[in-house]
Amino acid sequence: MTTATDSTRTIVTGSKAAIPIRRAGSRNREQLISWAFLAPFLLAFVLFLAWPIVHGIILSFTDQSLTGAGGSFIGFANYAEALTDPKMWQSMGNTVWFTLLSTVPLVVIALLMAALVDRGIPGQWLWRLSFFMPYLLASTVISQIWVWIFNPQIGAANNILEFFGLEPLAWLQNPDTNMLSIVIATVWWTVGFNFLLYLAAMQNIPPQQYEAASLDGAGPWRQFWSITLPQLGPATVLILILQILASLKLFDQAYQMLGGVASDTTRSIVQYIYEAGFVSYRFGYSAAISYVFFALIVIIGVAQALITRRRKESQL
Amino acid sequence: MMSTATLTETITTTKPARARRPHLPGEKPFGVLRISALVVLIVLAVGWLLPFLWAIATAFKTETDAASGDPSWIGASGPTIEAFTAILSQGNVYTWAFNSLWTSIAVTLITLTISALAAYAFSRLDFTGRKWLFVAIIASIVVPPQVLIIPLFYEMLAFNMIDTYWGLILPQVVAPAMVFILKRFFDAIPIELEDAARVDGASRLRIFWSIVLPLSRPILASVAIFVFIGAWNNFLWPFLVINDTTLMTLPVGLQTVISAYGVQYAQVMAQAVLAALPLIIVFIIFQKQIVKGVATSGFGGQ
Repeated sequence: MTTATDSTRTIVTGSKAAIPIRRAGSRNREQLISWAFLAPFLLAFVLFLAWPIVHGIILSFTDQSLTGAGGSFIGFANYAEALTDPKMWQSMGNTVWFTLLSTVPLVVIALLMAALVDRGIPGQWLWRLSFFMPYLLASTVISQIWVWIFNPQIGAANNILEFFGLEPLAWLQNPDTNMLSIVIATVWWTVGFNFLLYLAAMQNIPPQQYEAASLDGAGPWRQFWSITLPQLGPATVLILILQILASLKLFDQAYQMLGGVASDTTRSIVQYIYEAGFVSYRFGYSAAISYVFFALIVIIGVAQALITRRRKESQL
Repeated sequence: MMSTATLTETITTTKPARARRPHLPGEKPFGVLRISALVVLIVLAVGWLLPFLWAIATAFKTETDAASGDPSWIGASGPTIEAFTAILSQGNVYTWAFNSLWTSIAVTLITLTISALAAYAFSRLDFTGRKWLFVAIIASIVVPPQVLIIPLFYEMLAFNMIDTYWGLILPQVVAPAMVFILKRFFDAIPIELEDAARVDGASRLRIFWSIVLPLSRPILASVAIFVFIGAWNNFLWPFLVINDTTLMTLPVGLQTVISAYGVQYAQVMAQAVLAALPLIIVFIIFQKQIVKGVATSGFGGQ
């Protein structure tokens, strides 16, 4: 006769072995239930994420074509070709250039917008709508709007330049200005996202801190510089990293604003992946470029992790 | 990941939202600083609204007025809705809008269901390999979908899913970041609530359905909004996997007719405005939830 002391699970049986067996059984049951809960996600995860990652690596070592031809193992030939392909480096350069050009205004303007809106000026609803609304638009829609604005003959952008007595530009049709045009459209399109992240971070700062500072005679400027800004550190690191990662994936708007025409000054790395795979039908080569691009992203991710860790340590 | 986790924590664990203060303490309501802040804010807001307002203005012009290059807000021949009627008389726009709507809803529902179930298992159940499986899923957040277009397309070819709704929907439903967000939320729900139900003999599925999910409504809404916007605006994958005009989503479909219209700017703008309208209306109605949803699920959008 065994009496377990646990009041809710008192099991009285004649055999001593009964309790362990029962426990093992309930543990097996929990395993089974767990996997049942996980199964739908895991199935999708394996089919549409894990296996494609592995299969992409396999494909990158073959000369597989979209038409089904090829597929034999060619070792590192694709990678060797990618690393010596001037077009690959050009599109990598364009991507990094776009990232630099777009990230700075996308973070600075977002901070400015959030700082102004956080001051509690009436009309919060309208400010949020104005700044965030473009983010809700599809890349197709924003491309159409900006192609129209950047029209060299009848576009509004040149009307504005004219108003200020400046020379009209060919915008998207000039290789010197087409990347700049894409950056302007992108800043307009996506700054609202960073704005909302900054705003959320600012609204987490306890109001007591401002009140205390105010009692000590700190004015609004002083409050912003010594209370708001220092506490936005973690948010800024996050926004910066997310923005760099998002900018590196440039494709949709650049592709559509130029009407699908490849320009040597705007072709991004994702566009080159697309062209190699779906225009030249070279799946193997395209997969290899994908992984060169992925390596770049991983390097940035690792750098971010290291920076964050150092920040954390210096705070301790 | 560290900074990501920290910020989510600061955002999601905010207890009550800070009461909106009318102005910074110690600041005069009509001080110079406040007035100049208002001016800068107005300039920025106008600058941000202008491109879209200009598109609307163009959409209400005749093609001749639009192409005249006259920068006035109303065309010389007066406002007209002929560009809109021209667009709406072509059947495809309705088809694309319908496809966009239902495939985005499908992506959202499937993503939400499978992610919530998995997140619950990671949060509450004990099973072999739980830790490393979770780490693997979180690690996969760094993989940009753009990197996988080649193997995914190859897979869709093998499954015979090119030019099908399933081929469009299924590859979009895996959202490891959402599993992470939901698990963190489930972790914060007091386990005592569930223990009581377990003593009463309720099954895990029942507990999940009638205790955990109702408590998680705000986070589920955030995730749903975020996934929906992403699916509604997704361009690259639908562009690759769909060639059949009748199966296209709005972003892909609209893109095919730009060239077909040539220089019909009023029609192109009418089309852009029509495509933008549904999400703008949704935003105006659900602004609070969307703003909160973006702030909470923000980092999953990479």
